Amino acid sequence: MPLLAVDNLSVTFTAQGKRPVRAVDGVSFSLAEGSVAGLVGESGCGKSVSSLALLGLLPRRGVRVGGTATFDGTDLLRLPPKRMREIRGSELAMIFQDPLSSLNPVVPIGRQITETLARHRRMRGSAARKRAAELLERVGIPDPAARLRDYPHQLSGGMRQRALIAMAVACAPRLLIADEPTTALDVTIQAQILDLLGELVRSEGTALLLITHDLGVVAGLCDTVTVLYAGRVIESAPRHELFAAPRHPYTVGLLDSVPRLDAEQGQPLRPVRGSVTDAIDWSDGCAFAPRCDHYTMACLTGAPELTSVGGDRDGHHHRCVHPIHPTPEPSAARAAGEGSVR
Amino acid sequence: MVTEINGKPGGTVGKADKVDRLAELSARHDSDAEGGSLLREAFGRLRRSPMAITGAAIIGTFVIVALLAPFVVPYDPAAQLWGREVQPNHNVFVGPRAENWFGLDHLGRDQFSRMLVGAQNSLLVGVIATLLGFSAGALLGGLAGAAVGLGGAWGRRLDTVIMRFVDMMLAIPSLLIAVSIAAILGPSLTTVMVAVGVAQIPIFARLLRGSMLAQSHADYVLAATALGVRRRRIVLGHVLPNSLGPVIVQATLTLATAIIEAAALSYLGFGNPDPATPDWGAMLADAQRFLVGAPSLAVYPAVAIIITALGFTLLGEAMRESLDPKLRK
Repeated sequence: MPLLAVDNLSVTFTAQGKRPVRAVDGVSFSLAEGSVAGLVGESGCGKSVSSLALLGLLPRRGVRVGGTATFDGTDLLRLPPKRMREIRGSELAMIFQDPLSSLNPVVPIGRQITETLARHRRMRGSAARKRAAELLERVGIPDPAARLRDYPHQLSGGMRQRALIAMAVACAPRLLIADEPTTALDVTIQAQILDLLGELVRSEGTALLLITHDLGVVAGLCDTVTVLYAGRVIESAPRHELFAAPRHPYTVGLLDSVPRLDAEQGQPLRPVRGSVTDAIDWSDGCAFAPRCDHYTMACLTGAPELTSVGGDRDGHHHRCVHPIHPTPEPSAARAAGEGSVR
Repeated sequence: MVTEINGKPGGTVGKADKVDRLAELSARHDSDAEGGSLLREAFGRLRRSPMAITGAAIIGTFVIVALLAPFVVPYDPAAQLWGREVQPNHNVFVGPRAENWFGLDHLGRDQFSRMLVGAQNSLLVGVIATLLGFSAGALLGGLAGAAVGLGGAWGRRLDTVIMRFVDMMLAIPSLLIAVSIAAILGPSLTTVMVAVGVAQIPIFARLLRGSMLAQSHADYVLAATALGVRRRRIVLGHVLPNSLGPVIVQATLTLATAIIEAAALSYLGFGNPDPATPDWGAMLADAQRFLVGAPSLAVYPAVAIIITALGFTLLGEAMRESLDPKLRK
């Protein structure tokens, strides 16, 4: 029984006088305790909206949320607002992309941590401060007792993100959602933050939902990966399976567009053609077809269904009329990487 | 700091000297970083701003003069000690001289003493009117902002009621409000304070509410919400403190406006009716009658009003700059 099972999640934005926009459309994935699931896709594919919907942070007006998200036996999407506010921060917590703007500039970070402790653990005064210092130490901030009095702008980018993580894990949540936690950071700091997140998951048994556009981040941390395109899941698989044998041309395109150290000199990067705005409506066919190298008329007759790869490849699904077969395709084999080809 | 070193390329400066200076600079930088609160940092920037220093010097002089006036005035400002020497009807006035630095006014009173005591009244009116406008305006605006932030149909309704009321106040020209209040209460110093203060209420209310609404869309509000922090706590502990900067700046700028408006009201005759109590605005009104014979009588209070208002404006603008997070390094 997974800790979080999202089934058929959909989010529709309705504005008066405009056609409703379905930002997330039938997304399903699940996440076991102590594991890391990646939600991958370009900007605008619905990954952030999905996570905000899970925490009930979308505005109530003009937004329709459908489907179920079963967390420990209760449906998060149907939780009364009061109960939702109680479990936010204690059972579920979220880390955002930009650590500077996610911290209040006029409040010392110590107080921003103790605030969460006071809310969920009724911890106040020196006990809360002591716990906050422990948390800062836990996330690798040196001289934590002194840092409690610091304001966000006095910390470096990496330290700020560590402080945000400390706030998020203050009440030992069972599910942590990290929305692009490393995007605003230097590459070296990115690796440190990912290590920290991975270590927290392993030692505390927290489940982590990692939202990113960076397959490098996925490769380092995730157990399972769900790739979104235009609001729908187009491929989902365990990490090794996805990297070794991607089936959807979009996944292959994403893997090909990552710069590689072992590529031959002068070999150009191969970006995915066009942009996400080229997507057609799923009701007309495969939304990725306009950007796809393999599309035929068959792709444009209704939306392809999510199909299992089958066989012993349990848990690998794709949504493609012409899935790529792993062995003969050079790009897929290259993506499998790990020295097997060169 | 680094440019300072790059600015003087090697040559005469020895390598050891350079290293020493680097170490010194980095040590200084560290102590900068340690320097506690945001306000202290803003204050540090303020101290380096020539605009702020000028403004603070003017205000400081003004405040000291106002406070010490009753003890240092050379003569009683109300006594017509040289009444016989001045004959306004025959254009006979007395200009500056050894015993009367600014000369005599039209009734033969010492102009310098009247200016000093007038400063006291101007400061009193400015500060109390601003405090009134600030507290009532911030209360209304804060209530409206908090009502929106705490959400719910009732919150939005309360906000609408408050803000439409404020809009009504804003729709009437502030001097007209002031004159109406002065007409109701009758001429007195209190009238001027209330009138000027009330006219400032809508400005503070709109400013604080707008600032709070803008802050409530900030990322840190979403982040705090995602960690389950109560909405009440978010509004009072996060949104409100972040919204106060522009309001504090506005208060400083309002002090200047209040002093000018108070002068305008007492010029119009709504100030203290007692001719014995000097007041820059009333002095200006009196001097107007003798502009041809003794223009300097109008110049003293006018220049004093301008310089004081300038002082508060300079400090206010400098504060706006130093509190602006975008300019923060």
